[in-house]
Amino acid sequence: MTVESAPMATETLAAPRSKESAKKLIAKRYAAERRFRAYGIAAILFGLAFLVALFSTIFVRGYTAFLQSAFTLPVHLDPSAFGSSTPPSQSDIQMADYTKLANRALFQALGVDPANKAEAKAAGALLSQNADTQIRRAVESDPSLIGKTVDFNLLAHGNVDTLMKGHFDRTVPENRRQLSDKQLGWLDKAAEQGFLSKHFNTGLFTYGASSKPETAGVGVALVGSLYMMLIVLLVAVPLGVAAAVYLEEFAPKNLLTDTIEVNINNLAAVPSIVFGLLGLAIFINFMGIPRSAALVGGLVLALMTLPTIIIATRAAVAAVPPSIREAALGVGASKMQSITHHVLPLAVPGILTGTIIGLAKALGETAPLLMIGMVAFVVDFPKTPFDSATALPVQIYMWATAAERGFVERTAGATLILLAFLVCMNVTAVILRRRYERRW
Amino acid sequence: MLNVTTPELERPAHIGSASDTKVVAKDVNVYYGEKHALHNVSVNIPDRGVMAFIGPSGCGKSTFLRCINRMNDTIPICRVTGKITIDGEDIYDPSLDVVQLRARVGMVFQKPNPFPKSIYENVAYGPRIHGLAGSKAELDQIVQSSLERAALWKEVKDRLNDPGTGLSGGQQQRLCIARAVAVSPEVILMDEPCSALDPIATAKVEELIDELKKNFCIIIVTHSMQQAARVSQRTAFFHLGVLVEEGATNDIFTNPTDQRTQDYITGRFG
Repeated sequence: MTVESAPMATETLAAPRSKESAKKLIAKRYAAERRFRAYGIAAILFGLAFLVALFSTIFVRGYTAFLQSAFTLPVHLDPSAFGSSTPPSQSDIQMADYTKLANRALFQALGVDPANKAEAKAAGALLSQNADTQIRRAVESDPSLIGKTVDFNLLAHGNVDTLMKGHFDRTVPENRRQLSDKQLGWLDKAAEQGFLSKHFNTGLFTYGASSKPETAGVGVALVGSLYMMLIVLLVAVPLGVAAAVYLEEFAPKNLLTDTIEVNINNLAAVPSIVFGLLGLAIFINFMGIPRSAALVGGLVLALMTLPTIIIATRAAVAAVPPSIREAALGVGASKMQSITHHVLPLAVPGILTGTIIGLAKALGETAPLLMIGMVAFVVDFPKTPFDSATALPVQIYMWATAAERGFVERTAGATLILLAFLVCMNVTAVILRRRYERRW
Repeated sequence: MLNVTTPELERPAHIGSASDTKVVAKDVNVYYGEKHALHNVSVNIPDRGVMAFIGPSGCGKSTFLRCINRMNDTIPICRVTGKITIDGEDIYDPSLDVVQLRARVGMVFQKPNPFPKSIYENVAYGPRIHGLAGSKAELDQIVQSSLERAALWKEVKDRLNDPGTGLSGGQQQRLCIARAVAVSPEVILMDEPCSALDPIATAKVEELIDELKKNFCIIIVTHSMQQAARVSQRTAFFHLGVLVEEGATNDIFTNPTDQRTQDYITGRFG
């Protein structure tokens, strides 16, 4: 066989190849392919590992922010605390000393003698300074509670919360600790008897800024972010879609439109802080819109999102096959009709996807908001977009610089909330794209 | 290669006398930028009949077809000179509304391109934008008669609300013909309407063309010489942007006067 094939091989034009060398070559090719796949898998695993590390750290640090320690106490709303008139007047209800009522209930539960000033002070410090507000709100909304004994979940002080979550170091000498041995004794007893426990922290979603971690929440930031997202939707989507459709369908191809196109792509790459400077110069200094207002933030983010939406819309419009346009023109539709009746409806999923991704990017944006004074300590909920507000990522930035343990966990907790929003938006975008994906 | 004794060819050539000429082209030149794509094309196209344009790829037959409903206007670098009239009316007259023109000159494309909407909406779209129907009942009537004319009604009458893109290729192409017919055009342009269809679907469309020619002036571009021979009464042969020869289909296929036509139909090039 080999003797016969040898002269044959010399006749062929291709280099003669023995069975062994051919096998070797094939093995080499397969090995190269296996290596290539292994590199790819390694790269993916590497990325995934970082992602898992990131999420697990944030989760481990942040999940405790969703729990908050509180004393469950029966508070006797003593009528004598509400002045002499019956029923108590509005101002009596506002001025009543609720801290005293709360403390009285706490002292009773802990067995503290109110006459002992030092002990009373130490025990009173275990309650949040916000405890009185909690009782006042309840009485304001239902004055008939006066004279009754009502169970309240009164917020514990931040230090107590830290202890409850197991982050308190008891080995530190007493004079350098936030809680004395006596206080620790009371708290252990309270926890044992069950009237000090952890509850779901609704305050995290409803409170605004606060210097005390137990009453600090992302409520104001959420409302501020919501206003800004609405403004981005109202400003950037119509402008972006109109610009994209004009550029894609109507604009003549010349030097001017080429320049515009290049610059839109450039704008998408401009660092976001530059948009913040632009907003500061135009919206605040020139147009005189108040600083820190959600309107300014929304407009700045709208400018920043505009290129993203224009690029996504242009891609979606360009992806509509020309045959659909020709079909519409062929039955005598005008250019405008062919676009509004056929091209735009088919491009909507792509436009929506681009918009949601742009919005998600805007939601997580911090730098430009720093430039326009959205790093503000805002306690009250903004009623209109003209009021001072802050945004979710800015709130995270502010908490990240605070030292208390309560703020550290809130930083991670707020990050989780922000990530949850972003994941929801991106999932929506993916679902929309999958669902309305068309084949022509 | 070419079966010149098909029974269709034995029919008398179309009664294309000068009196019922529908479309007249005179010295039409088309330029794509610097490229001169069509040279001095002059041809008379009769009403109520089928005219076929044949020729090798890139010879300008589709370009010429697209001049007749000014579809070339959508290409920015395209420039058309010369004169094309329909019923004596110059379609390149600046005062003429191109949208109205396209309602008079319907078009069927190479690849079936129904709108991604329901079958009903596909047909109803044209009449609706031109305000041809005064009521829903009238529109229903137009949709039904258009689908009947396109020989599609029986197949789709129970599923008018299904998407038009869900039909088979041949049905889609007949839907596109129904869509073109629905606006009552005078001329129907067909740009290789069967090139994406199988032989059975092709036969159906050809049958349909034969039926439609009683009411419309049909101009068809085709790569299949058999198809030109089967459906058309007159044939024009294009080569390298020049209209080489035009005449009764029978004469073109059996007795071409030009050597290039002879070479093409006998399969020597193209």
